Amino acid sequence: MTFEENLTRLEQIAAKLESDNLPLEEALRLFEEGIAHLREAKAALGDAEGKVKTLIEQAEGVFEVKE
Amino acid sequence: MHLTAPGASAAEPVSVAWLAGETKAVLEGAFVPLWVKGEISGFKAYPSGHWYFTLKDETAQLSCVVWRGATTRIPAKPADGMQVVARGQVTVYPARGQLQFSISAIEAEGEGLWKKQFDELKAKLEREGLTDPARKRRLPRFPRTIAVITSGEGAALRDIIAVTHRRHPGVDLVVIPALVQGEGAPQSIIAALGKLARWVAAGAATPGLRVPDLCIIGRGGGSREDLWSFNDEGVARAIAASPVPTISAVGHETDVTIADFVADLRAATPSAAAEAAVPVLAELRLQVAQLAGTMADALQDRVFVERRELGRCAEGLALRARRVSERRRARTEQLVAAIARTADRAVERRKSRVATLAGTLNALSPLQVLGRGFAVAQGLDGKTLSARAAFAKGTLFDLLLRDGRVRATAESVHTDGPHILESR
Repeated sequence: MTFEENLTRLEQIAAKLESDNLPLEEALRLFEEGIAHLREAKAALGDAEGKVKTLIEQAEGVFEVKE
Repeated sequence: MHLTAPGASAAEPVSVAWLAGETKAVLEGAFVPLWVKGEISGFKAYPSGHWYFTLKDETAQLSCVVWRGATTRIPAKPADGMQVVARGQVTVYPARGQLQFSISAIEAEGEGLWKKQFDELKAKLEREGLTDPARKRRLPRFPRTIAVITSGEGAALRDIIAVTHRRHPGVDLVVIPALVQGEGAPQSIIAALGKLARWVAAGAATPGLRVPDLCIIGRGGGSREDLWSFNDEGVARAIAASPVPTISAVGHETDVTIADFVADLRAATPSAAAEAAVPVLAELRLQVAQLAGTMADALQDRVFVERRELGRCAEGLALRARRVSERRRARTEQLVAAIARTADRAVERRKSRVATLAGTLNALSPLQVLGRGFAVAQGLDGKTLSARAAFAKGTLFDLLLRDGRVRATAESVHTDGPHILESR
């Protein structure tokens, strides 16, 4: 899942949990799912070491991204 | 050796080429490049890429040439009849022995050639719908890889790198270098956009090849001529066809190019483009932390609610047991109260009855009648004498008045005077 997808799902879950009319079982299940997305989103933000690269087309349609 | 002027005698003529060459040198030496004003006539663009025409006014004309290299710096082909000012060098074209004006720049009077070309192209793209706001794609909220089409050495790239890494060090920038000014720049930019398109297409077919989710195309500030590649029709069409959302970032705030109209977003500068494209990492962290907080709070609230609900159930049971005996007590109290109320009402009724009776009593009292001027006759024994038969001549009696008593004697007894007839 991309960071965007994780965050979008997290936003949905938070909104659902806040809406207050879920059965307890459902709330707990959503919370657990949310924790998983949270971990992934945090990890995506953590491994950040962006680079500047140059695109090289070795042959028509064959690409290499070089640092 | 003695010096004579070339061609001074028929014995020593100069060649035509020599004279033409000398004339050329003299003319070029005599005039620095200058601006000439005139009307375009006989314009012809040759397949070689050179333009030929005549500049004329009422009394004279001048043969002009715009070499291919120079035409690329002139935004649009001038049309016959157009009043222009042209900058060029006076020279001689020896092959034809002709005076020639070699032009490097043309400006139309009034609207201007640049504006003419710009407006025409903009109108054309608008008609085709390429500038329609509905075509514009939303930028990805969290791009991971951004393609940057610009010069590999320019200030634009430095600015984009600096801003991107300040905001979010985790975003990758992949440069697709292109010439962004001068001859061949439009072709170079179009080629770079072509590469981008093939790269994205290859990404769909090649697992593991990371492709960009966004493209920034542009360059730093410069002269109008420097920025002109971004008003090129081919460049505009290539940007419109970009496979990923594309931000145009050409020059400074005030520079508007055709690229800006066909891009998904116009950024005023390359730095502004990076700011629009890249979210701030610290804010993302905060956002994630806030979501975690919201979830935790919501669940805690939920547990609290459940616990309270449980407590309420237990209390409810106890309460119900208590309520049974309470209900009995309450019923007794109600009855007592009702009885008391009935009693009170009876007393009240009696009280008011007494009051009514007292009033009637008062009204019936003889004292009230005396008050109105009547008198009551009373025998000496205290009996009321209310009829004629109780009297005879000489009967002694008392007359009771409002404020006292008069002892009287009956003189005579008569039957006239008011009678009270018994109704029955």
